[in-house]
Amino acid sequence: MKNGGNEKPLTGDFRADGMPLGIREYEKAGGYLALRRAMKEMSPSEVTEEVKASRLRGRGGAGFPTGLKWSFVPTDRKNPGPKYIMANADEMEPGSFKDRILMEHNPHMLIEGMLIAAHAIGAGHGFIFLRMEYWRSARAIERALAEAREKNYMGENILGTGFNVDLHLHTSAGRYMCGEETGLLNAMEGKRAMPRAKPPYPQTSGFMGRPTVVNNVETLCSVPQIIRNGAEWYRGLSVNGSQDGGTKIYGVSGKVKRPGAWELPMGTMAREILEEHAGGMREGHRLRALIPGGASTPFMLEEHLDVRMDFDSVQSVGSRMGTGTMIILDDGTCPVGMLISLQVFYARESCGWCTPCREGLPWVVHALKAIEAGEGRMEDIDLLLEQARLLGPGNTFCGLAPGAAEPLGSGVRYFRDDLERHIREKGCPWKKTKSP
Amino acid sequence: MLSEAEIREIEGEAKPYASRKVACIGALKVVQKHRGWVSDEALRDLADHLGMTPDELDGVATFYSLIYRRPVGRHVILVCDGLSCYNVGYEDLLGYLSKRLGIGFGGTTADGRFTLLPVACIGVCESAPALIIDEDVHGRLEPPEKVEEILKRYE
Ligand SMILES: Cc1cc2nc3c(=O)[nH]c(=O)nc-3n(C[C@H](O)[C@H](O)[C@H](O)COP(=O)(O)O)c2cc1C
Ligand code: SF4
Ligand code: FES
Repeated sequence: MKNGGNEKPLTGDFRADGMPLGIREYEKAGGYLALRRAMKEMSPSEVTEEVKASRLRGRGGAGFPTGLKWSFVPTDRKNPGPKYIMANADEMEPGSFKDRILMEHNPHMLIEGMLIAAHAIGAGHGFIFLRMEYWRSARAIERALAEAREKNYMGENILGTGFNVDLHLHTSAGRYMCGEETGLLNAMEGKRAMPRAKPPYPQTSGFMGRPTVVNNVETLCSVPQIIRNGAEWYRGLSVNGSQDGGTKIYGVSGKVKRPGAWELPMGTMAREILEEHAGGMREGHRLRALIPGGASTPFMLEEHLDVRMDFDSVQSVGSRMGTGTMIILDDGTCPVGMLISLQVFYARESCGWCTPCREGLPWVVHALKAIEAGEGRMEDIDLLLEQARLLGPGNTFCGLAPGAAEPLGSGVRYFRDDLERHIREKGCPWKKTKSP
Repeated sequence: MLSEAEIREIEGEAKPYASRKVACIGALKVVQKHRGWVSDEALRDLADHLGMTPDELDGVATFYSLIYRRPVGRHVILVCDGLSCYNVGYEDLLGYLSKRLGIGFGGTTADGRFTLLPVACIGVCESAPALIIDEDVHGRLEPPEKVEEILKRYE
């Protein structure tokens, strides 16, 4: 996080050996200066205003403006009592791996971001909600929390300012639903991670019924640089013409030459990410389609590659940026198998509260598997589209079912020929050529 | 009966929370760490300690996929069945493991060494296909024969 000019404020200070930055190294790179400034020189509403002005939008997938979210938390005068800040580090959506990279390499950046957010909303406590399988992240975070406490960046009377903020690590025990922000709150309270009906929103009634802000890891990691270098600087990091501010960690997985993740200006072209950073497709493979930002975003085709990867632009090609970590479909993989993989995930992870999700998803899996096995009927294709509509927004309590519907609907439309071919040829053409 | 060590760790887990009940997921994980899985008897004892009914606690335990309510082998293999892994060899990897160990998902080898389970994307998609054994992540298992060397480390 060097002064201005550094185009990789999130990842530029990572150690070459892949180990997490210790507190000394983090301080040397300018770490905790933003916390000092926020707590000593800025009022909570000034911090929130700066984040609003930076045009930082939530990196958890939905892109909700972060400063605006914070401003919904009632002040102490209106609602005295405890408030909470939560880091959403559940990261379970297939294809997403950016938050892990941040936590494994620079846990202090997340902690500093949470402390600044706590100051902005008046929270005295916070939790990092971490999925269980991220053991490496857990170790890095535990150590960083102890270091920050020892240096009095966290705890009581932080840096002599009179503010008290305590942060803890909560490790989960599996299930994608825990990442949905109200499911997360139930999980934190020791319950099944079912979502809650909204309103009320967590900002007014969250953890233990108290005002709570839930933010994604990458969102919170972006906060210290905004406070240190200013909103204007942050806005200038994104590609000219992008409505969103800052940099973004983009990722590519699938049959490309160099799968991985890179911090780039928000609004970088999808084609540049795929062809330059990921090195294009592996030898002998062609691009069929891609999912731009985690399993809950609709498919895109090659003709859509010349689009800026930011929240508004990706919508213009009928998809969403989501987490910004793309999954590539190549011509050697059966698209029906890919749809099955996606829908098996959603059916398994459904919490069972809403009928379209509980009943619909297993049916979708069954129908797709029948088509793959050569036992499908042509009518099934339209029934799948009908299911995609029923799973869509407005029919369920949370976003899991709409998340399943997006790649299902777009997938059936884009790969209709392939589905028909499976039905006509009574089996999977890809499997036939593969098996002896 | 819960052991002294278990009780101590459960109290530690509960510290940041308003009550022990709120910390029940951490408490279940403590018991699982010590015993490998959470038996009916352990669940009853733990519920008692936390001030919950056994059914209340079981409702929580059965929601979370990584709390084991049935015995597992000495080592648990969690094979990632996420989409990125699917695209680069998940089926080959699972096929190889099933054949090699003689079990499918949910199964435990006769010698009690391995249990095989699916897991949602484990967030290392750039190293797909991947799996977890105990607390270790192993990636780039293409071709699947590569897993052979790794299995040797888990007796
Ligand atoms: C089923 C489901 C799972 C989700 N999982 C995550 C997750 O793992 N991490 C995350 O940051 N957001 C996840 N979200 C989005 C959160 O509900 C929430 O919008 C987000 O944490 C807000 O953070 P942000 O404003 O900083 O983006 C999920 C949403 C749904 C519907
Ligand atoms: S949409 Fe699915 S996961 Fe979400 S609340 Fe309804 S049943 Fe549960
Ligand atoms: S899909 Fe297997 S690690 Fe992400």
